[in-house]
Amino acid sequence: MAKFRKGNKGGQQKINTSSLPDIVFMLLFFFMVSTSMKEVTLLVKIKSPEATELTKLEKKSLVSYIYIGEPLSSKKYGKEPRIQLNDAFATVDDIESYIMAERESMKEADRPKMTVSIKADADTQMGTITDVKQALRKAQALKISYSARKANK
Amino acid sequence: MAKKETPEVNAGSTADIAFLLLIFFLVSTTMSTDTGLSRMLPPIVPQTDDAPPVKERNVFTVLLNYKNQLLVEGEWCEVSDLREKAKEFIENPLDKPNLPEKSDVEVEFFGTYPVSKGVISLQNDRGSQYQAYLQVQNELQAAYNELRNDLAKRKFNKEFKECSDAEQDAIKKIYPQRISEAEPKNIKK
Repeated sequence: MAKFRKGNKGGQQKINTSSLPDIVFMLLFFFMVSTSMKEVTLLVKIKSPEATELTKLEKKSLVSYIYIGEPLSSKKYGKEPRIQLNDAFATVDDIESYIMAERESMKEADRPKMTVSIKADADTQMGTITDVKQALRKAQALKISYSARKANK
Repeated sequence: MAKKETPEVNAGSTADIAFLLLIFFLVSTTMSTDTGLSRMLPPIVPQTDDAPPVKERNVFTVLLNYKNQLLVEGEWCEVSDLREKAKEFIENPLDKPNLPEKSDVEVEFFGTYPVSKGVISLQNDRGSQYQAYLQVQNELQAAYNELRNDLAKRKFNKEFKECSDAEQDAIKKIYPQRISEAEPKNIKK
């Protein structure tokens, strides 16, 4: 039977790598399912304020975001803090309709659990944020969260 | 030849393609969960002239001006001292007459427990900084969290976070979080 034993004689044994693509695909699917794409491109500069007593926002589908901060292209839009909803600048008056639209897109049962996350720059003046809060009260979106990051002490 | 062999496709590069996709997803996605301070806004109520009178002793007033300075119960105060003051107000351990009243409430696990009627009222100027405002909110939250944690340790011998839902609800009933964010005022210099 010596005639079958030809080729890599004495050389190293080759490792079978045919299952490598499967493993990598599995990883790929895991990451595809478990992560979410960045939904919006920020038009405002946001340096999150710091806090220690934080709670996590569960269930991303229940959260709507309001961004407040100085515009990134301050030459074009000035330095006044602006409100961003979805992908565009907005005014306080737009918040009510935005909340309505967000609420419409949710399932009936989830609507009472809707949370609005206010992501504002640490240096914003409270005036803008108070206006936003009043608009949210008008829109009956009472569950809010002041977005902040963990202070590292 | 009886059997025609189909030519095999070279699958050696699928691993590379998959790796490429994997790296793309790793880079483009964010795993981070959003964190923040949760609050409930008060619903809008029609303005009435005869609002129910609130006793002065039951209200803990915190004012924040445009220079980010604090005035707590009429006294100048640092942010770092706010937590202790708030804790003393909420708990009123010595039943002082200038600190909030208590009313007996039936609570699971605890029986009848004197629950404070105190409300923390936070007012800010339109010019104050968001970071300062959030710091005040954070300290008030910390006061509640510490009180709840202490009680959980005394009663159940574990942290508040580790308590069951029913136990947490009972503790929340004893220390209800009452932070009122009053309508803004433009405080003049």
